[in-house]
Amino acid sequence: MIALLIRDLRLAFRAGGGFGLGLAFLLIVTVLVPFSVGPQSTLLSTIAAGILWLGALLACLLSLDRLLALDHEDGTLDLLLTAPLPLEAVVSIKALAHWLTTGLPLVLAAPLLGILLNLPGPGFLWLVSSLAIGTPALSVIGTFGAALTVGVKRGGLLLSLLVLPLYVPTLIFGAEVARRGAAGLALETPLLMLAGITFATIALMPFASAAVLRMGLR
Amino acid sequence: MSIWQYANPVKFLALSAKVQPTLWLISGICVVGGLVWGFFGTPDDFRQGSTVKIIYLHVPSALMAINAWFMMLVTSLIWLIRRHHVSALAAKAAAPVGVVMTLIALVTGAIWGQPMWGTWWAWDPRLTSFLILFLFYLGYIALWEAIEDPDTAADLTSVLCLVGSVFAILSRYAVQFWNQGLHQGTSVPVVTGGRSVADVFWYPLLTSMVGFGLLFVALVFYRTGTEIRLRRARALRARVGREL
Repeated sequence: MIALLIRDLRLAFRAGGGFGLGLAFLLIVTVLVPFSVGPQSTLLSTIAAGILWLGALLACLLSLDRLLALDHEDGTLDLLLTAPLPLEAVVSIKALAHWLTTGLPLVLAAPLLGILLNLPGPGFLWLVSSLAIGTPALSVIGTFGAALTVGVKRGGLLLSLLVLPLYVPTLIFGAEVARRGAAGLALETPLLMLAGITFATIALMPFASAAVLRMGLR
Repeated sequence: MSIWQYANPVKFLALSAKVQPTLWLISGICVVGGLVWGFFGTPDDFRQGSTVKIIYLHVPSALMAINAWFMMLVTSLIWLIRRHHVSALAAKAAAPVGVVMTLIALVTGAIWGQPMWGTWWAWDPRLTSFLILFLFYLGYIALWEAIEDPDTAADLTSVLCLVGSVFAILSRYAVQFWNQGLHQGTSVPVVTGGRSVADVFWYPLLTSMVGFGLLFVALVFYRTGTEIRLRRARALRARVGREL
């Protein structure tokens, strides 16, 4: 398991691995937002949390189609299917590697981008914690979508159509935590719901992803 | 005699051919009757005027939009557990019907909302949940279209339907939490049994709902039959191609 994780991480960090692509995407989205809605700092500070959450979600989506498709093309996935490791563990490791290379950098970079969008002071802590709690769910759900479309040629667009509706609850509660945090309101309920979604998806989605992968590769 | 004998496509087609004329007839009478009765035979509402009459189209289509997904969930489960091809094809056949019902509910709601709420669209929980349901339908249909091998397609779409159901319900409650609504509560609560609609509006509405339900069943029978014959035609063509 650890060998697989290290392999995935190494592939992501090396040239052409796409590490940092999501980060650059989020940066560009953040830069483009003031161009499209205007530079008024009051407006930006009200929408900052939502924009950063949406940007992080799209950045996660961006790297999903390489998550399993590359391994499928060069046959690694078939080897992993016959490996003694259960497929549920394989997809969990894949999701973890995806989070470490895409989700975690986004969490760490979010405060800097928050400055660009004039995020109010108390919002930083809650933006970072909501992203830290919520992005693992995005990775795990995304792995399910990637497993569904692994056999489909040019499945990128289909993947977004399948995964984005599944992201709705996570986005609602995550952005709600960040927004309430920025406005200084009580936020226990959405925070607990967000954590609940994350833990439930981590616990259950690998089974769905593995089942789908077995069906797709049969 | 058990319901499982209809997992045989031949028996299913025979049953479908037997019941379809009756189904079409009754559903046609109910839909047309319910709508005409509703539009011309009921008085205008005290506050809403004649706009209230769109309810005879809006409520039944919304009802069937949700029930169609529920039917797809059941048939997907049957496919995953018992591997009956008719079941998977019925789920495939129901999806486009469901998406049209969802669209009718959304459009009629918008047409009614414009004069009543003063807006075509509001990010109200019920409206938003329906829009999300619409997206789920689109993803489901797109996945069917994208995969060539029919058995793999049936497998993957079935799992998507199961997972999608969980997330659709989750979204429903998340959306309720996220925004307060404009949409009125249900006038016909099934659980408590009471209702706040006067009989004069209720009977045409009920007729229309029954009609839409039967129409959905008839359409699914018809479309499932088409899917079965399509698959037969494909098998025949493949066999002929081998012999040539």
